[in-house]
Amino acid sequence: MDVKVKIEDLNLWYGANQALHNINIDLYDNKITALIGASGCGKSTFLRCLNRMNDLVGSARIEGNVLVEGVDIYDKSIDVVSVRKRVGMVFQQPNPFPKSIYENIAYAPLKHGIVKKGSDCDELVESSLKSAGIWDEVKEKLQAPGTSLSGGQQQRLCIARTIAVKPDVILMDEPTSALDPISTEKIEALMLELKEKYTIITVTHNMQQAARIADYTAFFHLGELIEYDETETIFVNPKVKKTEDYITGRFG
Amino acid sequence: MSKKINKNNNFYIPQIEKRNKSAKRFRWYALSAVVLSLSFLAFFLFDIVKAGIPAFTQSYVTLEISVDEETADNPYGILDRDMSRLVSRAWLRSFPKEIEAHPEWIGTTQKFSALLNAEADQYLKGNKNRLRDRQIKKLETLKEEGRVETKFNVIFFFTGDSKIPENAGFYAAIIGSVLTMLVTMSLAVPIGVMTAVYLEEFAPDNKLTQIIEININNLAAIPSILFGLLGLAIFINFFGVPRSSPLAGGMTLALMSLPIIIVSSKAALKSVPASIRQAGYGLGLTKWQVTRDHVLPLAFPGILTGSIIALAQAMGETAPLIIVGMIAFVPDAMTSLTSAATVMPAQIYTWSGMPERAYIEKTAAGIIVLLSVLISLNTIAVILRKKFEVKW
Repeated sequence: MDVKVKIEDLNLWYGANQALHNINIDLYDNKITALIGASGCGKSTFLRCLNRMNDLVGSARIEGNVLVEGVDIYDKSIDVVSVRKRVGMVFQQPNPFPKSIYENIAYAPLKHGIVKKGSDCDELVESSLKSAGIWDEVKEKLQAPGTSLSGGQQQRLCIARTIAVKPDVILMDEPTSALDPISTEKIEALMLELKEKYTIITVTHNMQQAARIADYTAFFHLGELIEYDETETIFVNPKVKKTEDYITGRFG
Repeated sequence: MSKKINKNNNFYIPQIEKRNKSAKRFRWYALSAVVLSLSFLAFFLFDIVKAGIPAFTQSYVTLEISVDEETADNPYGILDRDMSRLVSRAWLRSFPKEIEAHPEWIGTTQKFSALLNAEADQYLKGNKNRLRDRQIKKLETLKEEGRVETKFNVIFFFTGDSKIPENAGFYAAIIGSVLTMLVTMSLAVPIGVMTAVYLEEFAPDNKLTQIIEININNLAAIPSILFGLLGLAIFINFFGVPRSSPLAGGMTLALMSLPIIIVSSKAALKSVPASIRQAGYGLGLTKWQVTRDHVLPLAFPGILTGSIIALAQAMGETAPLIIVGMIAFVPDAMTSLTSAATVMPAQIYTWSGMPERAYIEKTAAGIIVLLSVLISLNTIAVILRKKFEVKW
């Protein structure tokens, strides 16, 4: 079992307010890791450290190392744009570009030079949409605007868009919290398929979802990593009292 | 049609009638404010149109003149005393040139449609004038003979200003406005939009940025005449741009439009949802790629509307242009960006100060033309906004 992402002594401040305290965690390749915890516990903040999205917040200050395949992504010699190409992200609200379905997928790969315009690009669009399990629904209307799809379809389009730039790690920030149960089920099935090829780290508020799909689960509380283990251990036999309380619904 | 309220039930609130009354009263205050402002507007439009419409027609008299060498030399001799008080000096002045262009006329008798002067024209339009009784009698005779005709006033739209009222036109001012606006637009729009993009998308959120933004907002409220002084000091005195030129005027107006364009473009950029930017960054796009291909297209309708409205405002601006000398008397339309020019509002201002009665209708007609241009610009802004708006 390979460690894909290794986090060492990660601390994060928003201004004077420390949001993450000394996080140390190893995230494994081809696994789904779920981050759980009450609102404001720092799990989304932590997720955003993994592709340096926190750089966009002017007041954020980060210490510690985030090693993706042994390379510190916060090293001065590493360009933030190339980090985000390797570590893709799917957001809570489906956010397709207000362009056609085709352009939604093709835009970033063309800019990254992964493909050239033409049949290569067409193939990449098709394979990405297929991997995201939405090809059959949209193959007839690739020129329709991405925003014309339903919420669940939009989210799968966003996943397809992320896959198209060929990342190693996919971060998902509550990818199903804005979706209905049927769409959620489809996304979950998709995540299980995608973990064969990618490392997936997902934030979720839905305990059952973590139990259903995650191989590993990390429990955050007030900016600290309380417990991290195989999902089954966390849910059946947690070592820390706080974890047990949270999972059984006694707080949070 | 007030309903009688039944007081003998559980729903009755003691103050209800008073409350309803005050609600009604407030409604009437608001409504009468609207009616009052609309009636001012209607009165203004009616007054301007009524005063300006006559300027779009001009009277002519048919003259039969036997053309010979002498008439070509001294056209003032062809008319008798009363007639020479009715026909425009401008027409007489141009007469020798016309004969020069048609040498075959010499020795024949030709019919000419001669421009009547402003006093005669005003008399025919039923306005006050300075004609003597004899000339009025003469004019009435001409009218009975069917020799007086009223035509569409081509002169107004195709000549420049003149000290002879019947020969004064709006053309030079229209061309001047167009050239000035071209200069303003090509400077203010790119600079304004780029500034807004930098401040909104790239600038760090610190004290300096905040100070800059506050000052830009304040600039939008500065009296426009100060921009004229700035233009005079910088463009004319320092850089030596020719006075009264569309270049100087256009650059000065660009200074004035910049804050409005920046503020409205910033608002348009701000209204683009953050999720679009995050989507772009999450895919490893650079800031410029996200801004250019995803944020700007969404902000485009707002930027466009803001720019058009800023330019429309600049087009109606007079004060700063007076300072840079664009109030000049310009008889011919300018041919380059550096020759002396006037603009529509400045021409209107010039005419409004003229003593002759005929300039009153020209002033109003100029206002009508300027207003139509401004209203069309605003309409275009609305249409473009509708057209480019991305359905969300």
